[in-house]
Amino acid sequence: MGEPVPERGVRTEELATRLEPILSRYRGQAGGLIPLLQEVQGELGWLPEEALRLVAEATGLTLAQVVGVASFYAQFYFQPRGRHVIRVCTGTACHIRGAPKILERLEEELGIGAGETAPDLSVTLETVNCLGCCALAPVVVVDERVLKKRDHKKLWEWIRKRRVE
Amino acid sequence: MKLNSPEELFALRDELSHRGDRPRVRVCCGTGCRAAGGEEVLAAFEREIGRHGLDVEVTSSGCQGWCERGPLVAVEAEKVFYLSVDPQDVPAIVDHTLRRGLPLPRLLYRDETGRPVPWRDEIPFYRKQLRVVLRNCGRINPTDIRDYIRVGGYSALAKVLSGMSPEEVIEEVKRAGLRGRGGAGFPTARKWAACRAQQERPKYLICNGDEGDPGAFMDRSVLEGDPHSVIEGMTIAAYAIGDVPEGYIYVRAEYPLAVKHLELALRQAEEYGLLGEDILGTGFSFRIEIKRGAGAFVCGESTALMYSIEGKRGMPRQTPPRSVERGLWGKPTVLNNVKTFASVPVIISRGADWFAGIGTEGSQGTQVFALTGKVRNTGLVEVPMGITIRELVYDIGGGPREGRIKAVQIGGPSGGCIPESLFDVPVDFDSLQEIGAMMGSGGLVVMDEADCMVAIARYFLSFTQAESCGKCTPCRVGTYRMLRIMDRIVEGNGRIEDLEELERLGRWIKETSLCGLGRSAPNPVLTTLRYFREEYLAHIEARHCPAGVCRSPGHFRINPEECIWCGLCAEACEDGAVRRTRQGFSIDPRLCSGCGRCRAVCPTGAVLFTEEVAV
Repeated sequence: MGEPVPERGVRTEELATRLEPILSRYRGQAGGLIPLLQEVQGELGWLPEEALRLVAEATGLTLAQVVGVASFYAQFYFQPRGRHVIRVCTGTACHIRGAPKILERLEEELGIGAGETAPDLSVTLETVNCLGCCALAPVVVVDERVLKKRDHKKLWEWIRKRRVE
Repeated sequence: MKLNSPEELFALRDELSHRGDRPRVRVCCGTGCRAAGGEEVLAAFEREIGRHGLDVEVTSSGCQGWCERGPLVAVEAEKVFYLSVDPQDVPAIVDHTLRRGLPLPRLLYRDETGRPVPWRDEIPFYRKQLRVVLRNCGRINPTDIRDYIRVGGYSALAKVLSGMSPEEVIEEVKRAGLRGRGGAGFPTARKWAACRAQQERPKYLICNGDEGDPGAFMDRSVLEGDPHSVIEGMTIAAYAIGDVPEGYIYVRAEYPLAVKHLELALRQAEEYGLLGEDILGTGFSFRIEIKRGAGAFVCGESTALMYSIEGKRGMPRQTPPRSVERGLWGKPTVLNNVKTFASVPVIISRGADWFAGIGTEGSQGTQVFALTGKVRNTGLVEVPMGITIRELVYDIGGGPREGRIKAVQIGGPSGGCIPESLFDVPVDFDSLQEIGAMMGSGGLVVMDEADCMVAIARYFLSFTQAESCGKCTPCRVGTYRMLRIMDRIVEGNGRIEDLEELERLGRWIKETSLCGLGRSAPNPVLTTLRYFREEYLAHIEARHCPAGVCRSPGHFRINPEECIWCGLCAEACEDGAVRRTRQGFSIDPRLCSGCGRCRAVCPTGAVLFTEEVAV
């Protein structure tokens, strides 16, 4: 995501220009809705209402149909995302090795619940069902970095530093 | 370079395999080892080998299995297998093993007597394993098609295209006894034959890589570590079914590396003329496209997955018509799991008799498990069907880390909990069904006495409840009702009649749900009720969690000796559980949610926390 994350209420014309290269490839193809939404989100980081309207227009679907599909899947976001994303694995192995406690502590320290983004857009906290590194359980992923139990100290330090800033 | 005939492929294979003399170091970069620093180890090897100017090939590999002890490094020519390698160890490995041919004992596995064991096959974790689906995982470089061809890859496809009729292929798969590896175990050949018999055209082929079980990662490991096996298996299937111009591989959203390796593999296969138009010059054509999932567990269900590919909400539909009659875009469609397709080439190459000779009468071949939880050796294991749970847990898993193993949870949210007393049951499709569990995804979580079976059943139920698509009432409302009851029980507010209610709801949900998600969702609760009823009773009657996991409300009480009647606890309590009477303050366990705020504000330490409470 090279471009800045658009704020709410972004101007539709600007967005239309920015998304045109993506939209033009899917125009009139209702079957390509999911990859199209994935690409739009890849560009913007989330799916603002204006973008969903543009998608509806391009595919010939109604806005309700587009939102109906998008809201079904957990990987589409209707709120701006934080610059950093902390994901707590709550898969079975992590669960029995203490993931709920870690999540609770993160929620407390960050002041946001799972699935929420801090108001200053600095960080998003979410849970994920198994990342496939059960041997390292419990794991937390910060952006793309997987932190095993031993590395969690770094995470707490990072959060503390962030609070001072 | 494009291969224009099966003969050209065989020639390339022979040329590459004869060149295999060059020493090779494989650094595991599967998910587990990558997180443990596998890529840094790989970089250190490249640096060190470059510095010494050695003629050694260093490659990354897919999952080698023993994630617990990663990053893993295999020096193949010398047959030395190193565990928990740190980048700082690399210069010593290069010096000892690659330059002087000596093992470095401190990084080797040590058996019970402390004797170092140099090679993989002699380590107990690997000794009882039989790698069929994972045959190439960790043994080849997944980003190089030539490495796959070198070990015999695409030879099965060439054999099929140069001399077998589609019917013969189906017959071979049938004789092998291959059953779907996605969990339900439907005979693969029967599915293919049913689709072949359909008149409607075109037909479609789908590989289900939407692995959603929270505790299973074998499909991911195959896609990341051996993507060509899946592509080859799909191409053979497309030939056998006939009139299949296109196939899709549906990959779970959380698996970006799998997508990357697949994209690369598809491109290479096309370049080599092993996929696309006129494969190996035989006139047969087949294309494969990757579809990335968008995060919905229910999309692992075949009809839901097809709707998802069509760009719709991934909600299952009623069957019949079955997918082989009317599937993707309303056309006949075959959908198989990643591991099923990965098994196909080896069945063709080594023959149906070889495959059918592994495993048991009704469940031929092998099964891959993601072994996790409270055992010494965790990781990805593949064993012949029919092995007992005890062998899996004790011989391969190495037994408990401490304490006593109480149960295993097999098959994830669709599976069930099996108590220690049934550990001698063989692991195959039918035996597991008999005891109320199912093979499911192959997740295998070992639990000891510190794990609460009620809490674990509640955990799985909360997962399926959240992932229920909401289309049919039994699943949408039923799992919610069951979850509320489970919540009540773990919170210490359960009633004895709840157990019967859970069983009744569970039975109804299983019988009346639309798809496999709902039909299997009650399994974790029903099996724990069947085998660990005493734990439920302890939660309800004694309001006590034997494992000490559930935070039951009775845990907090006020010591009248220390209480100064300040009332801060009553103010802090959001549950209204702190009562003030003429005798002093007390906590009503029926209202307390166990948050502990009362204890935090008490200036004299009068709020006590006790493990057990007498009711």
